[in-house]
Amino acid sequence: MIAFLVRRLAGFALTLLLAAAAIFFLLDLLPGDPARFLLGITASPEAVANLRLQLGLEAPPLERFGQWLWGMLHGNLGVSYTQQAPVASLIAGRLAVTLPLTIAAMVISVAIGLPLGILAARHRGKALDSALMVLAQLGVAIPNFWFGMLLTLIFAVTLRWLPPGGFTPWSENPLGALRSLVLPSLALALPQAAILARVMRTALVDIQEQDFIRTARAKGMTMGEAVWRHGVRNALVPVLTILGLQFAFLIAGAIIVENVFYLPGLGRLILTAISERDLILVRGAVMVLLVTVSLSMFLVDLAYGLVDPRLRERGVAA
Amino acid sequence: MGKGLKIVGIAALLGLSWSSLALAASTEVRIGIALEPPTLDPTAGAAEAIDIVGYQNIFEGLIQVDQTGTVQPSLASSWTISDDGLTYSFTLQPDVTFHDGTAFDADDVKYTFDRLLAPDSINAQKALFSPIESVVVEDPRTVTFTLSRPDGMFLFNLGRGDAIIVAPESAQNNATAPIGTGPYSFVQWDKGSRVVLERYDPYWGELPALTEASFVFISDTATMTNALLAGDVDGTNNFAAEALPIFEGNPQFKVLVGTTEGEAILSTNNAKAPFNELKVRQAMAHAINREAIIEGATYGYGVAIGSHFAPHNPYYVDLTQTYPYDPEKARALLAEAGYPDGFSATLKLPPVNYARVSGQILASQFAEVGIKLELINLEWAQWLEDVLTNKDFDLSIIAHVEPFDIGIYADPNYYFGYDNPQFQALIEKLNATTDEAERKVLAIEAQTILANDAVNGYLFELAKTGVWNAKLEGMWPNSPIEGVVLRDIHWVD
Repeated sequence: MIAFLVRRLAGFALTLLLAAAAIFFLLDLLPGDPARFLLGITASPEAVANLRLQLGLEAPPLERFGQWLWGMLHGNLGVSYTQQAPVASLIAGRLAVTLPLTIAAMVISVAIGLPLGILAARHRGKALDSALMVLAQLGVAIPNFWFGMLLTLIFAVTLRWLPPGGFTPWSENPLGALRSLVLPSLALALPQAAILARVMRTALVDIQEQDFIRTARAKGMTMGEAVWRHGVRNALVPVLTILGLQFAFLIAGAIIVENVFYLPGLGRLILTAISERDLILVRGAVMVLLVTVSLSMFLVDLAYGLVDPRLRERGVAA
Repeated sequence: MGKGLKIVGIAALLGLSWSSLALAASTEVRIGIALEPPTLDPTAGAAEAIDIVGYQNIFEGLIQVDQTGTVQPSLASSWTISDDGLTYSFTLQPDVTFHDGTAFDADDVKYTFDRLLAPDSINAQKALFSPIESVVVEDPRTVTFTLSRPDGMFLFNLGRGDAIIVAPESAQNNATAPIGTGPYSFVQWDKGSRVVLERYDPYWGELPALTEASFVFISDTATMTNALLAGDVDGTNNFAAEALPIFEGNPQFKVLVGTTEGEAILSTNNAKAPFNELKVRQAMAHAINREAIIEGATYGYGVAIGSHFAPHNPYYVDLTQTYPYDPEKARALLAEAGYPDGFSATLKLPPVNYARVSGQILASQFAEVGIKLELINLEWAQWLEDVLTNKDFDLSIIAHVEPFDIGIYADPNYYFGYDNPQFQALIEKLNATTDEAERKVLAIEAQTILANDAVNGYLFELAKTGVWNAKLEGMWPNSPIEGVVLRDIHWVD
């Protein structure tokens, strides 16, 4: 297990270094200038040149790459070109929204998706199963931003139970912060729940035909007991894979839902930074995402081992 | 079942606290704006959102521009101008403090302009202040500006956001923690969501009615609509025209339609064939049906223009009939210029709705006279790089939003590539003239030259369409200068 961990960590570090180089030099090719963005269309070339100098944009690429790497090793992601605030604090501010939102959306999708999937599998081929799967199909098909707007119209505009958007900072009012996250996490969770329900159902249906379930039945268990004690745990492996992918998607891919609820999340930060050519912020944010997603994959790998000891012995292939 | 009931109960509880919050906010206002400012320092950035938050709210200049576009005293309580127009002596307001408690005096004025004019200055409008030769502190309440040449726009320029007065103690932090002398001080900036200001009670002037104001950043039109309908924001300064019908018939809201300083033009690369030929540009001008573009791109709210000048300006002259819509004539002119079958060109469009829609309508109008346009949508940074900086374009559509910016045509290096010595001499004369009547004559001449030369296609003046809570008063309907001035805004019953 130790050797496995060391191998994984070394691979992890190398991946990050290569990714950092790719992120840096590819973004450097992007046409556009943050200084010009900031100063607008009537500014003189002289003022733009002065600002470029102040921002340190005139140094050769290799030198800037070196400075950036060196800074990161010391936990310093630099200062945003266009916002003139430390990149790390800008990202941390957004993670205070994005992480709780992602976790809430995942908890909701698991809480809805897994029970429905199990229910559908237990009633395979019956009316309930078909009804649930039609619902799941619908859940997958409905775009989350549209669902978000629907939620806003019902719960914010008409009933006025919850704010239509925006975010109250945690430090100001934790209850307010939670309230701001209710509708967006529901909007994000629905399609994920639908996918989970379908995966769970399929996995359980497959497992019900396995020999070990028949053995359990032969030992006198009811179908329900056999599925509950032996089936669900076995069905969790594909579910975990999907959950890992969903986490990676939600952490950066919630941009559209963030826009609908004007939430200050990480996705919108990156989008704005790209359009402003605030490349140092884009790079910092992408690095943070990379680390987070790689870590989550790593944790999923460990979780495979927990639910399925056979994968542990094989040293985890995925 | 018990669980379901509990959820409804919690929601009802949350609902109560929500509506009681909304009711208590009678001296507070929440204003939705489409874009978040990158920084909050008006002297180091051109984004309109910087001025929306800060201009005349957090920061003040010696002069302020009022809602009719007229210059008024601000930190300078009065001034005298020498007969030759070269010396301006300003008497400063007494008892003014910055929001960090430091006192305001003539040294701050000198510091502000030394910083603005320094060789390493990053002020986007530095060129406007180039006539300033020296700034001398006579005593703590008197400061004298000496100009190298008379400047008819000098006082107006002092009233711009670019010339707000900053203090040496705080100027370098204004990007993220702005400190000014205005009636509102900066409280907090929740990045990505809002900026909060509160009334600065030691303010030197009359205290405004609102005690707290926040600017909430909402870029999506449908989302802004929901936020307005749900009462989460009390208004927005300039809303998408297509969403206005939702609010026009609703007694809880009012729609304020006004003018701006934004001329939407078909920018033309005058340095490049075939656009370097007057006949080609005239033909294009004849091919433009402004009414159709205004209807399609601004839902009829834009105002037709025939030159690069705002219709609400007292110097404005209507030149929209210089080259009236006439496809027949356009084809004839193209033939005369040697393009009987027309030609092909690219139209590079920035990511703003009026430009994208105008571009599509224009492409069909030009097709009628044989000019085939290839539309290329660019994001903003790329537009700045390709069109503005590298001048790698044929045609583009963009609004120029700076007030009184006809002088950009006197710079042959500007992206229009328009090099007309006669026009350059005229602008130089206009800049140096301070007599109102003379200035008007010269400004009209300048507008006429641009219209006759058909330098660019002149399309329309952008309108300002604000949507506000019906009980809110005191907002500026027009935008003679960029900003959302909070001073006069108040709630009525």
